[in-house]
Parts: sequence; structure tokens; C-alpha cells
Amino acid sequence: MELISCKNLSVGYEGRRIVSGIDFTVCEGDYLCVLGPNGAGKTTLMKTLLSLIPPVSGKVCFGEGFSSKQIGYLPQQSLVQRDFPASVREIVLSGCSGRMGFRIFYGKEEKKRADSAMAALGITSLKNRCYRELSGGQQQRVLIARALCATEKLILLDEPASGLDPRATDELYKTLANLNREKGTAIIMISHDVEAAKRYASHILFIGDNPFFGSASEYAALESLTPGPGIQTAGSASGTHKGVKRNA
Amino acid sequence: MHEILLKLWEYLSHDFVIYALICETMVSLCASLLGTTLVLKRYSFIGDGLSHVAFGALAVATVLKVTSTLPVVLPVTAVCAILLLRLGQNAKVKGDAAIAMISVTALAFGYLLLNKFPATANIAGDVCSALFGSTLILTLSSSDVIISLVMCALTVIFFVVFYNRIFSVTFDESFAAATGTNVKFINTATAVIIAVVIVLAMNLVGSLLISALVVFPALSAMRLCKSFKGVTLCSAGIAVSTSLTGIILSIIIDTPVGATVVGVQALVFLVFLVIGKIRRQ
Repeated sequence: MELISCKNLSVGYEGRRIVSGIDFTVCEGDYLCVLGPNGAGKTTLMKTLLSLIPPVSGKVCFGEGFSSKQIGYLPQQSLVQRDFPASVREIVLSGCSGRMGFRIFYGKEEKKRADSAMAALGITSLKNRCYRELSGGQQQRVLIARALCATEKLILLDEPASGLDPRATDELYKTLANLNREKGTAIIMISHDVEAAKRYASHILFIGDNPFFGSASEYAALESLTPGPGIQTAGSASGTHKGVKRNA
Repeated sequence: MHEILLKLWEYLSHDFVIYALICETMVSLCASLLGTTLVLKRYSFIGDGLSHVAFGALAVATVLKVTSTLPVVLPVTAVCAILLLRLGQNAKVKGDAAIAMISVTALAFGYLLLNKFPATANIAGDVCSALFGSTLILTLSSSDVIISLVMCALTVIFFVVFYNRIFSVTFDESFAAATGTNVKFINTATAVIIAVVIVLAMNLVGSLLISALVVFPALSAMRLCKSFKGVTLCSAGIAVSTSLTGIILSIIIDTPVGATVVGVQALVFLVFLVIGKIRRQ
């Protein structure tokens, strides 16, 4: 089932477009990596998908029974969060705050959700620890568990690996791949890591001069033929990109 | 010792002192509840900026010879609070610069008005008590006490009802907005309530010392507590106990109420800081 589809979408702030002509679809169980140089508009696209800002033109279509409120979101970590005095459990539970309706406190159902999300990410033992005392990798797990509390259908991550050491990054990617495989949670991830994108993602969206959307294997095939979109290899430093544009 | 107790007894035997004591403790409690969010969001200075705005509004009310100043001062401060929070988001004038700008303008304007159109003969005394708080808690009028108590009750109710949402918005505004929490409402309501609390607290500590009531309990609690609930409860406890201690101390040793309460809070912060350091080692 289609969760999100965009046709000829332009995104930007206050009517000023940053990137246009974005075409892609995300279906249930997909793993989409969004690649592109800094400032290309990746984060702006995310905010548009989340309905935090309106699209400049074009439309984001949501599948039947799916809305932007059902996207679990993992923003780039802010300074405020790094030394926030809160326990892991409190933060994971806060993922349920959007589904409370008019109730004041969390009920049994929310607590169960939080417990199972923590179990899925292997952080149950950290439940009562203080967030600011955790390592970067552990903090990311807590935030993913929070996103899982909001939804199990689709998680959106904005450069989750930034600031993590290689080992923690690797573990994070494996955890996400597991979630994708076992729970069927669709994943959209903004990333700079082309290698990991090719290894784990099912689809790749490249935003930049030569936009691309297709499956990860198509991307790899394309890349072996030409200096592919956005690949900063020594050979492509001269900047002779061919105008490859595919809309699958 | 006997004399001190006698003096205290004499004060406390007046109903009015008791009411004032209760009401000031409640105001301090409210300031601490919202303080946790403000400190964590890096908005500590909003309290300071708003209190200067409240001073300006108070000056206008005094010059106009309004009998009850609250109905004038409250709305003006609340509107400024909302404006400041909005400015902080839009970032054309950065949040901290906007606060500095608005607060000094209000302060200067208020002082100017009070000097040009003196309402009483004792301008220096008026200004001093508006800036540093009344020297005695007895200067509260009975309508002030009632309004304060009602406002404080509403603040506590708001905080309890929206506790989980406030946490969610404080920790991560965009996540909360994306998953369907009404972030705008929470932010605006917080702004209005912090304005209310600040206006009420002006009677106790004066506009220059209000920030202390907002930031000290939260900062002290953060030295020791590891959960948001812990920080909230602990800072509420600190606020109540320090303002009671401060007021009683000010009666006993004849010192200005505001300065004494702030002094006690600073001391408590130091103690918590040291305990926190020792624990971490």
C-alpha cells in the first residue's frame, strides 16, 4: 500500500523554493534513503512531509487512512536535548502525547506501547537512566523508540548517524534494518552515507542537480556506468555529471 | 530567642500576614513550575524581560492613578510575553536581543513617566519598591491576595492537566508538532501564564529580582534529579520551602522580603551544586 506519494513537489520556506521537481513514492515496508549535498533541501523536504511547513507547489499525497500525524519523526538532535534531565521512560512515553486526545494522563495502553518500543530497541535496561548520561548511540535508540510509540508504520530520520562513532553508526543501521524487516516499519532516512544507503535501503532519492528516484540496485547500476548523481569520487571532481534523470 | 519568637507570633497572629504568606508561597510555587520549562528551553531571561515590561505598565497605571493596578499591568505583560515568544521563533530579531530591547525600553519609559508625573511625593521610594519589592508583605491589598490565589490555582491546574504535553513540547517541539500535539496552544498558554506569575511576583520580590524565582528552583533541582518528574517536584518543594523561610527570616531580622527570599534561594542552589558535584565523583 502506498503511504506517501509526491508528484512534481517543490519545497522551501515562505514561498522561496529551495528544490523543485521532486517525484517519489513510499510504500509500506519500504526503506528510502534521501541523499544530496548540504543545503539541497533534504530537511526542508522532511518538514514538508510532516506538514510542519506547506509545500511551495505540488502536493504531498497520503495513502488511505494514513496522515502526516502517523509519521514518527527523529529530528537532528538539538542542544536543548543533550543535557535534558529526563528519564528514558519519560522520553519514550512522550511519543504517545499526540494520541492522548482529551485525556490528561497516559493510560495502560500507552505504557504498554512504550515498554514494547523499548524492548524492540534493546533499551529496557536503561529505562530509569537519565537521558543526558547516555552515549550518543543510546540516545538515538531512545529517540527511535519514542518515534515507534507514535507510529509503527513510518519513521522519518534526519541524519541519525551524525555525531556517532563508526561502531555506533553500524549498530544503528542494523537496528533500523531489523525494524524494517521484522515489524515492516517503513523508513525514510536523510543521510550522507552513500555506502550504507546502497547496502540497507530499498529505494534511493537523490536531491540536487541531477535528481534521481529508484531502487537501490538501479542506483548502484547507474553509478557504475557514470559518475552517478551526487557521488563525490575523485573522478567526478571535475563535475562532468551526465544529466541522468529517472522517475520510477 | 524568646523575643524573636514573640515578634514572629505577633506578626503571624494577624490573619492578613498569614494570607500574604500563603499567597506569596503559591506565587513562588507557580514560578518554579514554569521555570523548569523556561530554563530547559533557554528562555530564562524571559522572566527578567517581562518583569521590566510589567514595571513600565505599573508606572503607567500609577500615573493614571488607577486604584487596582493588576487589570492594567496583567494584559500588557501577557501581550508582550506572546510577542516575545513569537519573535524568538521568527528569528528576524533574535530572541535574546528582542527581550533586551523591549525590557530596557519599558524600564526607561516607566521611570521617565514616574519622574515626570509623580503620583506621590516619594518617587524614589515608589521606584525602589517596584524594582526590589515591598519592604513589608503587609502592603498587599486584600483584592490582590484574592486575585493572586485564584491565578495561582489556575496555573497549578493548567500545569497538571497539560503536564505530559508540556514535557513533550519542551523536549522536542518539532516532534510534538509532527505527531499532533497543539504546540502553539501550549506555547501561548505558557507565555500568558508566565506573564501572570511575573506580575503577581512583582509584589513580593520586585521586578529586578523575579528571575530568581523562575530559575533558581529549577536549576537547583537539576543538579540532583534525573527525571523530569523529579526535577518538577523537587523545584516545587524548593520554591515553597525557600519562600517560607525567606519571608519568616525577613520578619525576624528586619530585611526586605524579596532580597531575603532570593538570598535563601541562591544559598540552596549552592548547596545543591556542591552535593551534585560530590555525588558525581
